[in-house]
Amino acid sequence: MAPRIGVFICRCGINIAAYVDVPKVVEYAKTLPGVAYAEENMYTCSSDGLNKIKEAIKKHNLDRVVVASCTPRTHEPLFQATCEEAGVNKYLFEMANIRDQCSWVHMREPEKATKKAKDLIRMAVAKAALLEPDDEPEIDVIPSTLVIGGGVSGMRAALSVADQGFDVTIVEKEPALGGKLRGFDSLFPHKQKASEVLEPLIEKVTTHPRIRVLTESRLKSVYGFIGNFDIGVETGKGVETLKVGTIIVAVGAEVLKPRGLYLYGEDPRVVTQSELEQLLHTGSVNAEKIVMIQCSGSRSAERPYCSRICCNEAVKNALNVTEKGKEVYILYRDLQTYGIHYSRLEQEAKRKGIRFLKYQADKPPTITAEPNGLKVSVYSPTVNETVEVTANMLVLSTPLVPVSDAKELSQMLKVPLDSNGFFMEAHVKLRPIDFATDGIFVCGTAHSPKDIGESVAQALGVASRASIPMAKKRVRTAAIMSQVDQTRCSGCGTCIDVCPYNALRKNEKGLAETIAAVCKGCGVCGATCPEKAITMHHFTDEQIQAQGLAALEED
Amino acid sequence: MKPVLVIGGGIAGIQASLDLADRGTKVHLVERTPSIGGVMAQLDKTFPTMDCSICILAPKMIECYRHPNITIHTQSEVVGLEGSVGDFNVKVLEHPRSVDSAKCTGCGLCSEKCPVKKPSTFQAGLGQRKAIYLAFPQAVPLIATIDREACLWFTKGVCRTCEKVCPSKAVDYEQKENVVELNVSSVIAATGFEQYNPKDIGEYGYGRYKNVLTALEFERLVCASGPTGGVLNRPSDGKVSHNIVFIQCVGSRTQTTGYPYCSSSCCMYATKEAVLIKEHEPSSHVTIFYMDLKTFGKGFQGFVDRAQSHWGVNYIRGRPGEIREDPVTKSLTILYENTEVGKVERVDADMVVLCTAAVPHRDNGKLAAVLGVPLDGYGFFEVGDPVSAPVETGKPGVYVCGSCHGPRDIPESVAEASATAAKAAEDAARAEVGQ
Repeated sequence: MAPRIGVFICRCGINIAAYVDVPKVVEYAKTLPGVAYAEENMYTCSSDGLNKIKEAIKKHNLDRVVVASCTPRTHEPLFQATCEEAGVNKYLFEMANIRDQCSWVHMREPEKATKKAKDLIRMAVAKAALLEPDDEPEIDVIPSTLVIGGGVSGMRAALSVADQGFDVTIVEKEPALGGKLRGFDSLFPHKQKASEVLEPLIEKVTTHPRIRVLTESRLKSVYGFIGNFDIGVETGKGVETLKVGTIIVAVGAEVLKPRGLYLYGEDPRVVTQSELEQLLHTGSVNAEKIVMIQCSGSRSAERPYCSRICCNEAVKNALNVTEKGKEVYILYRDLQTYGIHYSRLEQEAKRKGIRFLKYQADKPPTITAEPNGLKVSVYSPTVNETVEVTANMLVLSTPLVPVSDAKELSQMLKVPLDSNGFFMEAHVKLRPIDFATDGIFVCGTAHSPKDIGESVAQALGVASRASIPMAKKRVRTAAIMSQVDQTRCSGCGTCIDVCPYNALRKNEKGLAETIAAVCKGCGVCGATCPEKAITMHHFTDEQIQAQGLAALEED
Repeated sequence: MKPVLVIGGGIAGIQASLDLADRGTKVHLVERTPSIGGVMAQLDKTFPTMDCSICILAPKMIECYRHPNITIHTQSEVVGLEGSVGDFNVKVLEHPRSVDSAKCTGCGLCSEKCPVKKPSTFQAGLGQRKAIYLAFPQAVPLIATIDREACLWFTKGVCRTCEKVCPSKAVDYEQKENVVELNVSSVIAATGFEQYNPKDIGEYGYGRYKNVLTALEFERLVCASGPTGGVLNRPSDGKVSHNIVFIQCVGSRTQTTGYPYCSSSCCMYATKEAVLIKEHEPSSHVTIFYMDLKTFGKGFQGFVDRAQSHWGVNYIRGRPGEIREDPVTKSLTILYENTEVGKVERVDADMVVLCTAAVPHRDNGKLAAVLGVPLDGYGFFEVGDPVSAPVETGKPGVYVCGSCHGPRDIPESVAEASATAAKAAEDAARAEVGQ
């Protein structure tokens, strides 16, 4: 039976229509082989536009749909769902990106933009004619979560997942739970002792009937996919295997120890901000005049990020030692005391006589060790002069840096790191605690530097995200995957070597087969197979060829 | 399992609703305006990735609309709450749209024919809408609404043009307000913030000088779906602006306005808007006056570095003392103290953008009283223990997320929204085992 394709061309307000002659393109689309219907919409993605697709499917008996609009990255799921609602399988849908790849790049050449829009639609229609329906098999989700890291983020995530009714295993490499919070003295804003937060939390976690804690343990291997992960954990007693449905990465971060910077490691009077916390904790700060230097090792060429918490920690500690009668100078570049609470802290510090001196990145302070103290000399642009202070103690506010095994973990989990080495979320704005890989989530300072409250908020956030598939009990897998034709496969194993997701294996006959739920449909195996034995669903050779040949036709 | 009430249909409320609905919980999403979407729907792009804001938001709005577990109540407010966690009785007041939502297709013919023009809230007052209107092209739900204070039928008893032209007979002048009673297990407040109105800062001339805009107004001006189609026509004479100055911390980080805090996102959105100007016209001059450059979020410092090195955005530390307007050309002169040389200098601009304080929403007091939860000294919702309980109000079963409890950016609001969903799910799990 000949296909009956419907083509919906979006004006996107003026985003497309101002540069592409949309009515002309609609008329053109109607002439293409297999097209039974074509129309334009002001916004195809609006509820009105979607209703029009559904109506047209019914009225014109369409069995395939092409939308020419923006990017499938954001809008394909929406249009696919609309097709499904009207009884058209979602894999009988195809999209042509005539905005990002056409109207936006050819704003100054509308005629060519119109021609290119026609080309893109002709290609999409050619592929659509050959599309086949597919289904997405459902798989069961094991109602259990693995939390990697037993700091405050990991513990809070575990506790919430457990309180939502699911089992949790925490894997912590240190002998005890607690993470970096162990190194803190007091917490802002209520000056609560860190131990008053930490100890009850550890108690709750270790006594929760749904939480298991494996300390001095490390992740060894991760196989599987959302709903069915097989985890190997190296414990003191050997390798233990776990089966979990979802994974939460809460491995935290480390504090930079900037050997060589401002005499750190060379003069015992130079400490990091977190070492000062420890000294405050034990009550042994023996210095009357203290200078703190912000951005020690951050916002630099080597580490081009701001570590978010250092200014606030410095101000908090400065207030703390000022109460003990000490004199504090904070040398800063830009004071990162953001939001309501930290702004209040900054104002309190200024009221209480803490001296803030701005310095410039290109004129950092110089330190000279002298017998009676450390001479700090700094040019400050706000007073337009060089200020000299002799301090008994120099405190370096150093950034949080990724944990040393971040790379190893990211490879094991097959999730990416960002350019600074922190774990990278799926989308910086709208998916801040998901990974692009389904079923794996990130929270706390593993994601980027942040304070405890923010880490707890993210920990609770991932507890929601990770529980969703477990609450639903089943998830659908993607249909866009590879399939090996067993009659053509020679068993050479090339596909297994090139697969970045470990989604292919050899069966008992020595021939390759795809593990459906692991396959991400990237197509590397299909392109590599010397026997042409691998078909990519939704991207078959025939479909891609038809699309390619259509590109070469003239309108 | 009982439903959950989510108050506020911005990105935080949308995310909280979707998290809960996806796990199988019914959600009532209450929004005071005619469409969900919130402030994010008004933004042109988002920092630091320059994603088109409505393009990434619209699919989520539609997902809410289409989700079988989510009921959206627009033009509605929560007016009553009784009971306790697991068993709250809620009263939702639905204001009349004067349009039958079951019949309206959002075709827009009514607005086209309506004779009354009003400044458009969505366009931050820069563009106009009619008395019967769709909030914006991607509005969810895409249903027209009548502004009864502007409509000639409601004010003068004449016209009824919209009723005549509506092809689906959806206009209903008789529609009454309606109170919906709900029983829910938990409540999530995600009601957002508003921008400080800088008209009280006389020395900047906002409201008197046509070419002094707020950042949200500028956001609409630079947006392709804005009143000028994204061309930077300045309000006084429509001349395309090539020389634009931003001023940070307007109304914030000062005791005089009562908002002494840092609003957290302004340094970054100013940088974004500056880059947008440069993208539109690379030869433009853009200067940002700032106090401290707040680059504390993921990817922020890199974004500012690129704005400076690649796009040539000029950053000057200092808070300008005064803006002067040329009475003839309406161009502006900004006076500021150059601390490095210790004297007053001046810079000219076609247009000035004020990055104003993010302040508590004016309705917070009313809602807090209904919910029985506290506000802080500024009027934001108060979280009692920001370290250990960052989304809890102190009243069991009532949670907050997003900028209704202090300025924060989109990803923070989204993560917090999921956090409130987790707390609501914990409540439901506890109710199930009868604790």
